[in-house]
Amino acid sequence: MLELKNISFLAPDEQGKKEILNDISIKFERGFIAITGPNGGGKSTLARIIAGIQKPTCGKILLDGEDITGLSVTDRAKKGISFAFQQPVRFKGITVNDIIRLAAGRDITISEACDYLSLVGLCARDYINREVNDSLSGGELKRIEIASVLARDTAVSIFDEPEAGIDLWSFSNLINVFEKMRDKSGGTIIIISHQERILNIADKVAVISDGKLTEYGEKSAVLPKLLDASYHACKVLKSSIKEA
Amino acid sequence: MNDTERQLLKIIADMNGVPKGAYNIRANGALASRATTENIDIRTKTDKPGIDIIIKAGTTGESVHIPVIIDKTGLNDLVYNDFYIGDNADVTIMAGCGIHNCGDRKSSHDGIHTFYVGKNARVRYIERHYGEGDGKGGRIMNPTTVVNIAEGGYMEMETAQIKGIDSTYRKTRATVSDEGTLIIHEKIMTHGEQTADTDFSVDLNGVNSKANVVSRSVAKDKSHQNFLSNINGNNACNGHTECDAIIMDGATVNASPTLGANHIDAALIHEAAIGKIAGDQLIKLMTLGLTEQQAEEEIINGFLK
Repeated sequence: MLELKNISFLAPDEQGKKEILNDISIKFERGFIAITGPNGGGKSTLARIIAGIQKPTCGKILLDGEDITGLSVTDRAKKGISFAFQQPVRFKGITVNDIIRLAAGRDITISEACDYLSLVGLCARDYINREVNDSLSGGELKRIEIASVLARDTAVSIFDEPEAGIDLWSFSNLINVFEKMRDKSGGTIIIISHQERILNIADKVAVISDGKLTEYGEKSAVLPKLLDASYHACKVLKSSIKEA
Repeated sequence: MNDTERQLLKIIADMNGVPKGAYNIRANGALASRATTENIDIRTKTDKPGIDIIIKAGTTGESVHIPVIIDKTGLNDLVYNDFYIGDNADVTIMAGCGIHNCGDRKSSHDGIHTFYVGKNARVRYIERHYGEGDGKGGRIMNPTTVVNIAEGGYMEMETAQIKGIDSTYRKTRATVSDEGTLIIHEKIMTHGEQTADTDFSVDLNGVNSKANVVSRSVAKDKSHQNFLSNINGNNACNGHTECDAIIMDGATVNASPTLGANHIDAALIHEAAIGKIAGDQLIKLMTLGLTEQQAEEEIINGFLK
């Protein structure tokens, strides 16, 4: 289980310091948790703090009861935390096969690497020896990024907006991938997403808005409130258009 | 041949024992062994040190190995090798030099290679430079390569200097005739206080001639690299030159790609990028469980692959 205790994060800006996260406490148990909320609300920062890329200004992170707040990115990865970047990193010279092999942490066969790529809807033989560079499209890079996290198969997997940059057809496949992961994995899957279809396959949904955790609970309890809120937002918008 | 020499041969020429096809092994400034084939002749020059490699027109699928190894300290070896590649031939040439210097005097190898690539011939030329030994004596290599490509000829040149050369000045001059193509891929890694200078100049003289000169390098510690590349488009032609360098620690790199367009239909491009390893590349590999140092190694190995 992954637990965040009183996590706050301040980032420097023109006026001094801006509060990105404000006293967030949350327990991620086994299962599939979706984090949603408006852009700029602090979701990605929270994910980066879990992965160790950013250090919280205050608060603690516990993994199965162990305090990992002071651990490096590498040490957290070794303890079983995986992170799929929202914007995948490009490398000159490193191939798709290299990334999958490094992710798996062992010498895997080409056919094993291909299996991971097939899961994310890439015709593996065409990709395995390609370099992870600008010659790949944003959507292709994104799928390779997700495949690298699948290959790690760790206790905690965090995906930062996996749907961004992926076309509609592939999106359905992506939902299948996450459903399979949910059924197979005994671990914790955390997905940051704005997509209703992803929220729909989650066990629990958390809402982070303006740096605060505003909702967290079973999907059946949280989702109706969210949809209701957006319905109201639409009605307000519609009536304001009419008035105009 | 001793174990050191055998080891050097393996590193610079992938050779385990005697290679297939024609070869000429030069050790400590003298001929060690040679083999020729029906289509490939190797002759010792009579007027100066070096060899002529003569490949008959139409020879296809054959290879020539011409490694040079030095394991004596204080040896300064100068050699002129001329390659005559007949029309329509299609061959691979593996050259390379390995220096093992345990002494305290400098050992050097200056190879002057001249290629005459015949009409519609194809050549793949692979050259590896490597140095080792813990002596204080310097390991120095100054290769000069002169390439003449006839009509429709094609030459691909891969050069690699990955380790252990204290000082190098690599000079390459090329002329390309009608429909000819020259492709150069250079890889260099320097460390310690090494210096590496590379200097390319290509004249695209023919109609539809092409050149692509690409250098990838890594400079570590206090080493210094200087990259010069000049392409002259003297006819309707396509030229591209690119230098991509990673700098680390206190290393320095200068890159000066230059172009000369002397014809209205000359299309020429140059690019140069120098910088340290991007932080997000390191972080991505660290999220896969690699340490920062392992991540750095993977990035460099990939970059110079």
